[in-house]
Amino acid sequence: MSDIDISNLSVGEALPERQHTATNVSLFCYNAAIWNPHRIHYDEPYTKNVEKHPGVVIDGPLQGDWLNQVVVNWMGDDATLVQFNYSNRRASYIGETLTSGGSITAIDPTTGIVEMDVFIKNENGDVITPGTARVRFG
Amino acid sequence: MSELISAEARSWIGREGEPVHIEVNRSDIIKYSISTEQQQEKFLKGDEAPAMFLFGALRPIAPLSELGPDGLPEDSFLPDLPLKRVMAGGTEMTFHRSIYPGDKLVATRSLADLIEKQGSTGPLIFVVYNLRVETEAGELVMEEKQTRIMR
Repeated sequence: MSDIDISNLSVGEALPERQHTATNVSLFCYNAAIWNPHRIHYDEPYTKNVEKHPGVVIDGPLQGDWLNQVVVNWMGDDATLVQFNYSNRRASYIGETLTSGGSITAIDPTTGIVEMDVFIKNENGDVITPGTARVRFG
Repeated sequence: MSELISAEARSWIGREGEPVHIEVNRSDIIKYSISTEQQQEKFLKGDEAPAMFLFGALRPIAPLSELGPDGLPEDSFLPDLPLKRVMAGGTEMTFHRSIYPGDKLVATRSLADLIEKQGSTGPLIFVVYNLRVETEAGELVMEEKQTRIMR
């Protein structure tokens, strides 16, 4: 766990990146855990033929969780996540490796509030799920 | 722009859905944490729930007979709209308190707005919900503004 001193942070600083490669097994477990029976996450013929996706769809909220982890794994136990926003702009499919990351956009030393942009990028480098977070230190 | 949202649908704005009661369970947190590849011990042991755990915990649990051909139950808290295909939009969450096993929570959803937009591939309707999650004792846990896009 990181031990962050807010006075050492600077705007533009990057948060650690991480890669996620969803598989049929990991997506099955996730959708079972959240009780989501939507067939686009496990039934490939249905997903392609009926909902016209090129492959089994990686859940948008799963990417939201990965974005959330960019922030909470970086900030450590001395900070509190106050606000978190994201939107799924483009779908992603099984077989793709996604990269999560972020960067600091604002620091207020008096309130201890640090704001950041976070992103999920696909293998082409396109941001498919952007988000923002606000964290309070101290 | 054509008027896609009927007066009847508009009358839903401000309406509140049935409150959903849940009890947070350690093994549910552990399953959620493993499947989302959490890295912190407190989440993997189920001592505390990751922030996004509530998204899954509050999903509807419907009998198999009520699941549609896509696998999903119909959401009864949605007015009749001429666009039927659903896409996830954005979400904005404000956190007031962490979530722990044993917590008894109450979630209430209200329909905040219906917005008609012209997308690049045709008309869209943005359905905006406000979600408020409290403990049964009335302590505020989380507020969320969810947008669902109908196309």
